[in-house]
Amino acid sequence: MMVRMTGAEAIIECLRREGVEVIFGLPGGVLLPLYDALYSSELRHILVRHEQAAAHAADGYARATGRVGVCLATSGPGATNLVTGIATAYMDSVPIVAMTGQVNTGLIGKDAFQEADITGITMPITKHNYLIKSSRDIPRVFREAFYIARTGRPGPVLIDLPRDITVDELEFDYPEINLPGYNPSTKVHQLQIRRAAEVLMAAERPVIYAGGGVRYADAHEELFQLATRLNAPVTTTLMGMGCFPTDHPLSLGMLGMHGTKYANLAVQEADVLLAVGARFDDRVTGKIASFAPKARIIHIDVDAAEIGKNVRVDIPIVGDAKIALTELLKHVQQRPWTEWNEKILMWKKEYPLRYTRDENVIKPQFVIEKICELCPDAIIVTEVGQNQMWAAQFFKHKHPRKFITSGGLGTMGYGFPAAIGAKVGRPECEVIDIAGDGSFQMNIQELATAVVNDIPVKIAILNNGVLGMVRQWQTLFFGRRYSHTTLGDVPDFVKVAEAYGALGLRATKPSEVEDVLKEGLASDRPTVMDFIVHRDEKVSPMVPAGASLSEILELDS
Amino acid sequence: MKHTIAVIVENKPGVLTRISGLFSRRGFNIESLSVGATDNPAYSRMTISVEGDDVVLEQVVKQLSKLINVIRVSRLDPEESVERELAIIKVSANKDTRSEIMQIVSVFRARIIDVSPRSLIIEVTGDEKKVDALQQMLRQFGIKEMARTGKVSMVRGSKVVQAGP
Repeated sequence: MMVRMTGAEAIIECLRREGVEVIFGLPGGVLLPLYDALYSSELRHILVRHEQAAAHAADGYARATGRVGVCLATSGPGATNLVTGIATAYMDSVPIVAMTGQVNTGLIGKDAFQEADITGITMPITKHNYLIKSSRDIPRVFREAFYIARTGRPGPVLIDLPRDITVDELEFDYPEINLPGYNPSTKVHQLQIRRAAEVLMAAERPVIYAGGGVRYADAHEELFQLATRLNAPVTTTLMGMGCFPTDHPLSLGMLGMHGTKYANLAVQEADVLLAVGARFDDRVTGKIASFAPKARIIHIDVDAAEIGKNVRVDIPIVGDAKIALTELLKHVQQRPWTEWNEKILMWKKEYPLRYTRDENVIKPQFVIEKICELCPDAIIVTEVGQNQMWAAQFFKHKHPRKFITSGGLGTMGYGFPAAIGAKVGRPECEVIDIAGDGSFQMNIQELATAVVNDIPVKIAILNNGVLGMVRQWQTLFFGRRYSHTTLGDVPDFVKVAEAYGALGLRATKPSEVEDVLKEGLASDRPTVMDFIVHRDEKVSPMVPAGASLSEILELDS
Repeated sequence: MKHTIAVIVENKPGVLTRISGLFSRRGFNIESLSVGATDNPAYSRMTISVEGDDVVLEQVVKQLSKLINVIRVSRLDPEESVERELAIIKVSANKDTRSEIMQIVSVFRARIIDVSPRSLIIEVTGDEKKVDALQQMLRQFGIKEMARTGKVSMVRGSKVVQAGP
């Protein structure tokens, strides 16, 4: 039976049918009818302090739970404030639905107050977007938007909602999906699977290179089975962290610019490289012409356009990682532990990730090791820069969906709001944002959101008073000319935390680190832990930009 | 190298922007693009001429296929297809040059569709080379204005590029 309702009520009904439990948003003029309908609904709404945080929180929620994250912002500046968050989700293939208010349909194109062409602006950073021009289209568009966001290669979908369509009435009917131009592939090509299996079985020096696609497809168990059956070492990208346990003998950790030396050496020596749900990003491959020069490349990806985009591929397999790996497992048998495995163990012994310990100054790597020791099952969210690389390197990642970071876009300010989203989605987990002082200040206002809504995320600031990653490049490649990378020792993060009603703690000496962490982790309030670290600590090893993976440098502190 | 692709798209607002935006964002070069209705009012057909090697062409086809409003993308092999372009050209003409222009027009099997004391408008249909050649011949008289449609193309024989299976 069809029910008559307003557009705003229809939107709430669509969200309910899609199983949405929480929206991150901030109201505005054109959204008043929708917010009025929200007021009497069961939906949880979390009021952020800046729309960018709404998008990041929806993204963090989606990454932590595997469900579609939802954010809402008003027209004009509200909508444009979402842009960075949407672009972040797009680059990392995160399923979110972003709703934006829009001026009345009759005013569109007239440069009305708070009007911005948000569908035009977000066209290159969304999987798809919609401008709804009639309230009758609301159910169809919402159903399509959620379907598009979560299927195939996931990604953000934006729906622009002119004010009048939220007021107009409609007969609610939730139509079946009919998208003739959208057919996410589910089956894999059997002949290519058999070819891939043959090549893997015959390989002398196989390496598996796993990315975020493994996590999105929930294919980590299949990956583990395949790796152990082939005795093939596994390296993961930043997005694939946690898809293969880093403490396993076959684990190579992360590859690429700040990957382990042994992962990079292994890729360069491999005779067969199996890429699963990864896209040969420039931060991973280094100089593309000399990437994996000896390897035949098998590439599994749900997005056909990724295959052959950056490197030549010998065996392309278009399809969902879980389905492809399951099929592949049917055609491969147990392979022995070989000289190749021994060689890798030797490299791991010879070139471990390391740093110089210090009695007097806190080393950021030490803080991360301590966090890992005290809270090994936490969801780790990061900001972007050195903090992110150290978190990737020194935390022992064991679980998929428990390392949340802005990989593709590299968005400073992402971590804290994403941590809020992750904690809302997984309240039973400890959620720790590993931050830099630069990044944290980009969305520091969200301390209010965390405190008011009682979302007890923990922020560990590796506070070096500088934009550390850029400074590191200035040290290495620009003759120590520190052009505008010094932030100074302001603000006092403990006082800022307290001003917002959060708990603020500080450690200035290595001996204080453990106590601060213990107190912070025991707290049931949002907590800022300010670790004063050395400003010249570098992320090591490092492949200089444009160099081959073989040219990896080990840097001194 | 030049390639021609036929794209069947949903006839919805913003689709042309999505396609042209994709080309500029990914750094693909469009030589020409023409859009028109198909027999089914729900769909339009685009013929896009792209410059690039086979790797570029493969990316163009795959990236276009990802757009939700794109129903079908087909590469058209020039050996296996017919292609046509239409141009209308306004040329300076007077009593001394008019008959010479008319002779050239006749050789190209083009048509004169407007005559005035000082100008002629010529309509020509053909493949790109033919239109280029006529343009070249008319330049000596002074081309005042020209409008070209960009090419449309279709596979020879009974094979079709259409929305349905």
